[in-house]
Amino acid sequence: MNGRTRDTLTAVAATVGLFVLWEVGVRLFSVPTFILPPPTQAVQSLLPVWGVVMGHAWQTLWTTLVGFGIAVLAGVLLGVAVGTSKALNVSLYPILVGFNSVPKAALVPVLVLWFGIGTVPAILSAFLISFFPIVVNVATGLASVPPEQREVLRVLGASRFEGFTKVSLPYSMPYFFASLKVAITLAFVGAVIAEIAASQRGIGYMMTSASSNFNVPLVFGGLLLIAVMGIVLYAVFAVLERRVVGWAYRSQNT
Amino acid sequence: MSFIELSDVSLRYDNGYLAVEGVDLSIAEGEFVSLVGPSGCGKSTLLRVISGLRKPSVGSATVHGKAVSGPIGGVGMAFQNATLMPWRTVIQNILLPLEVSPLHKHKYRQNPKPYVESARELMASVGLAGFENVNVWELSGGMQQRASLCRALIHQPEILMLDEPFSALDAFTREELWQAMQVLYMSRKPTVILVTHDLREAVYLSDTIYTMSSRPGKIAYSRKVTFPRPRALESTYDDDFAHIVKELREQIGGMRTQISGLKGVGA
Repeated sequence: MNGRTRDTLTAVAATVGLFVLWEVGVRLFSVPTFILPPPTQAVQSLLPVWGVVMGHAWQTLWTTLVGFGIAVLAGVLLGVAVGTSKALNVSLYPILVGFNSVPKAALVPVLVLWFGIGTVPAILSAFLISFFPIVVNVATGLASVPPEQREVLRVLGASRFEGFTKVSLPYSMPYFFASLKVAITLAFVGAVIAEIAASQRGIGYMMTSASSNFNVPLVFGGLLLIAVMGIVLYAVFAVLERRVVGWAYRSQNT
Repeated sequence: MSFIELSDVSLRYDNGYLAVEGVDLSIAEGEFVSLVGPSGCGKSTLLRVISGLRKPSVGSATVHGKAVSGPIGGVGMAFQNATLMPWRTVIQNILLPLEVSPLHKHKYRQNPKPYVESARELMASVGLAGFENVNVWELSGGMQQRASLCRALIHQPEILMLDEPFSALDAFTREELWQAMQVLYMSRKPTVILVTHDLREAVYLSDTIYTMSSRPGKIAYSRKVTFPRPRALESTYDDDFAHIVKELREQIGGMRTQISGLKGVGA
């Protein structure tokens, strides 16, 4: 058994273990279902309404991805601006930090006021909550390029643009990919918060309505579904990261 | 006028620190020059002034009769750290200058083959044959530094700037690279400016050695070395070789004593 397979098995075992613990604990202490249903019941609750659930899940998934996509675009542009220009760094950073300190849940009512109930606030809230880590990481990556690496190119007569594409950009890619993994999970949080507060579609909405009907197993079923989607997308970006910037993780490979 | 001229160059950093003051220096085309002196005496600063990375506060630099007003281009540079790019293989690192150098990039893009061939030859000449497609982090420190020298030379630069490229290596590797450097220099005859702390290295490789005093950095002393090339490594232990090393040591030692104000400390 090689290291990779062992790692995977360990991760699977830990997850299964957690669910077993949950199941056994709930049954052993006879915890009422309306407080904490066992995981089997949470999953079972999804099955009879599977088609509807999938509709909600799809809604949450695509609003998350659209919000995340905008966040990547905006995050990279702002990150490059802040990371390459001293003036923009000084002027924009305090604003960004201040903005990031505002709880995004508190912004949802404002978004609803502007755009009405539904998909748009969910997309915007996914975007707003997830773009900041991308900005910070891209800016940090660009700012931490060793000056010697740039000098090697400058004394050759390379243009600023060549210096950027040949050195700064590849150098900051690991920072960028690290932030994507954080941002994609945050984007889910943003989308679901907006759905809970102001939507008639999406897993967030499904959970609120299940909760008001005291269908607690379905609430937990929704939570599990969000977790699964988050893990899958995280994994997609982790694989992409290995592919594109594997050089930055050489110590783990060798 | 010489190939490289510095006249009355002073450079003050933004924080008010005077790095070099009143430096006059002329370097002939194809000359191998070393700058030696205590740490922080502005040796690396002078390299940056000549290559146009830094503008002098006072005085001027000219290269090839033209005043230096920005990065002069076509310079090969190697540092104490190999500064290879880990996202490129060894040969991709060595070919990098050809992708950006205005003299070569169009020809290289149209027909990279002859360039790749010369990169392979260059690598072979410093003992890197067979490592073309290896990742840089798989190379030892000495091998990375060899690759860094190849990168500095691949575009046949007229000027080669070496900022302590051998100082982080162990003694044996360092001496091997001195020999490799001598071979490369003799075959291509670039103008070389080497910054180093190692006097044996300076004497072994150079035509002219300048010692610098520190705070602010000034040229204190110059010494010609006329031994014919190729110079044998063993010759660094000959009497007349050792004599020059001793002479330089005394020069630098004398300066250090003056600076610290402590009698009997130094060389």
